Amino acid sequence: MSFATTMKEWIFTTDHKRVGILYLIGSMASFAVAGIMALLIRAEQSAIGPTLTNDPSQYNVWLYAHGAVMILGFQIPALTGFFANFCIPLMIGAKDVAFPRLNAFSVWLFYAGVVLALLTFVMPDPPDVLWTGYPPYSIITAGNTAFYTFTVLLLGFASILGGVNFLTTVAFMRAPGMGWNQLNIFVWATIAAFVLQLIFVPVLGTAVTLITFDKYLGTHFFDPGAGGDVLTYQNLFWFYSHPAVYVIFLPFLGVLYEVVATFARNNVFNYKMVVYGGIGGIVLLAGEVWVHHLYYTGMPDWLRIGQMVTTLLISVPVGLTLIGLVGTLYRGAIDFRTPMLYAVGVLFLFLIGGLTGIPLAMTAMTVHLGETYYVVGHFHYVMAVAGTFSIFAGVYYWFPKMTGRMYNETIGKIGFWITFVGTNLVFWTMMDVGVDGMPRRYFDYAHFPQFESAHQLMSFGAIFIGVGFALAIINWIAGAIGGPKAGDNPWGSKSLEWTTVSPPPHGNWPTPPAVSAEWTPYAYGTR
Amino acid sequence: MVSVKPQKLLSLLSLPLSLLFALDAWAVTVIEKTAAGPKINDPARNWDHLWKEVLIDITAMGIIFAIITAYFLIKYRRREDGQVGAPPKLTTALVVGWTLIPSFVFMADDFFLAAKGWQLWNDFRQVPADRMEIKLESGMYSWDYTYPNGVQSQNELRVPAGKPILLRMTSRDTIHTHFIPDFRVKEDSMPGRVTYLWFYPENPGEHVVTCTEYCGIMHSYMVGRIIAMPPADFAAWYKDEETRLVQQQALKSQPVAMNVESAQ
Repeated sequence: MSFATTMKEWIFTTDHKRVGILYLIGSMASFAVAGIMALLIRAEQSAIGPTLTNDPSQYNVWLYAHGAVMILGFQIPALTGFFANFCIPLMIGAKDVAFPRLNAFSVWLFYAGVVLALLTFVMPDPPDVLWTGYPPYSIITAGNTAFYTFTVLLLGFASILGGVNFLTTVAFMRAPGMGWNQLNIFVWATIAAFVLQLIFVPVLGTAVTLITFDKYLGTHFFDPGAGGDVLTYQNLFWFYSHPAVYVIFLPFLGVLYEVVATFARNNVFNYKMVVYGGIGGIVLLAGEVWVHHLYYTGMPDWLRIGQMVTTLLISVPVGLTLIGLVGTLYRGAIDFRTPMLYAVGVLFLFLIGGLTGIPLAMTAMTVHLGETYYVVGHFHYVMAVAGTFSIFAGVYYWFPKMTGRMYNETIGKIGFWITFVGTNLVFWTMMDVGVDGMPRRYFDYAHFPQFESAHQLMSFGAIFIGVGFALAIINWIAGAIGGPKAGDNPWGSKSLEWTTVSPPPHGNWPTPPAVSAEWTPYAYGTR
Repeated sequence: MVSVKPQKLLSLLSLPLSLLFALDAWAVTVIEKTAAGPKINDPARNWDHLWKEVLIDITAMGIIFAIITAYFLIKYRRREDGQVGAPPKLTTALVVGWTLIPSFVFMADDFFLAAKGWQLWNDFRQVPADRMEIKLESGMYSWDYTYPNGVQSQNELRVPAGKPILLRMTSRDTIHTHFIPDFRVKEDSMPGRVTYLWFYPENPGEHVVTCTEYCGIMHSYMVGRIIAMPPADFAAWYKDEETRLVQQQALKSQPVAMNVESAQ
């Protein structure tokens, strides 16, 4: 088969697995670019004063690119694009998704969004509005805010199409005999994330569209001089962007459950508690906590106090999901292969990230901690690194299914440990200087000379993170090309995706599977 | 394989936690009763106090969780190839119990922290009556303060030590957050709205003020100083500045010719 034919087959594919792999390639490319931005940021911060560049706006563009591309171009597409596409039809025993062409269209939109985001590096006056794009700055800046808006809109559309598609798929295309309580936790978590996307993405779309109107069409939605209000944008933005944290958290939690259950060869502990209490609770609370991003913006006191309580209460469903995860280890048979190492790493990273979020839930604590490196350290632990580790756990875990080949175990484990050490060096130090008052988003910290050595330590640790993740990606590419044959079910998992051949053909099974009333994807041991 | 039963574990987890909260609540009331209360209820000091309590709370929870996880990881590792897990069979009572009891433990802690947080928030919002009120207009990239007598200063706020200072803030362009790390307080200043914050400089000294809302290209250079002076020194400085201001205004209001004459 010629190269052109292969390319054509991949670009115009409607096969959910190929669409998924296209999502994976695009999101990993985004991860590489945004990761390089992070290294540039750390290099700039390695000493007081201008270090790598003399131009603060160049640094601000790196901040924008790192945040926007990591969240919108890497984590959300990898979790709700790649994993959902590749795994959900296989897990529920379907031949494909409900609307395969819509699915193919959504991956095109995603690529268009990524290309738009990457144009940041070649066009004059790139956006320098961070990933949050707060007015009035995003309106008066010389940077090209429209690129930010259209990136968000394209990726948002891709997400909405995915949401409609997967909710329909799970509702109507489950294998004969498969009840709701027999679904993989990953399927539950992902459709919960899509419910959140469908409810909240339009709000973000509205917010960024109004920014474009204000900047280019002369409207005054956010201009107090003409009857607008600057805080409206922040409310709209966080009304989406806090639930977006759960759009990232829920699927990565699902990935963790699949990995932990398989490598502990154990039934998920208290399945109904995890699904209805944990995942359901998060969906219910997700939309009532956004004001904790606006604790020091002059919001009314009743709103700050009320949402302090709802934010603290998020610990209840999140705690239940963690109990389920740790409970799944109880009386298991745990094998520490690379995917499991990453998953166990997340258990500890997420624990640190979750607990350090508790002070930030409290209004009065946040008036000091907010907008400092403490916040940066906290959300990197809880969302950025925990999410990325889970994505790496999941890619390693489903790697034999995707490619039919095996990665190199030794390199995988070395990569994990290097990243794990680097992560803690960087983000623990970050929280430490944050408590002492180091503000975030600073090009130059000349009036905080006491933090220079801590910054050097963080810049040093960032190298570890970069090397560790690069090793993992090299491991995948090498494994996909020349790895040994893996077999159809190398981990001995009971979940349905492992019952077909690796890699699965178009249509997944010659005859789609049916399941009995007693079947569960975690039927190890006593059952 | 006999090991810890879920019920037992549950009590292991919930008991020390509830004890911890009870102990903490008790200790705080005792400390607050015995300590001689300061004249001004300083939010910065109360912040430090609550920070320590919250740290104890989250560290205890983290250690309990981490130890249980590490114990399971070591104890239940796979010893031979074909080994599978032997999960406990959960009865309906256990399913419900394992959902409700941890939920109540977490909720107890949440409400405990919420009550503490609310109390501290009140300290941050209730400004003492004998305060000095100063207006702040921020802009790219400076802090412009105006004293009650009309004296103005840029990026340098001189205040008398031992007096609560209230800032009423607004902005003329983008959003700037007035952050004073030493006083554990920040609040946005933004166009079209007036916000406030207060702090209590108990002793003479210098403190950094810095912008923590991304406000433009030179964001990280938007810095100022708060100088708390001994009250007598401040009163003298304040009087001098006021006199100078009055002279300037007088000069401005006179005709130009008079102005030249007096200069000669």
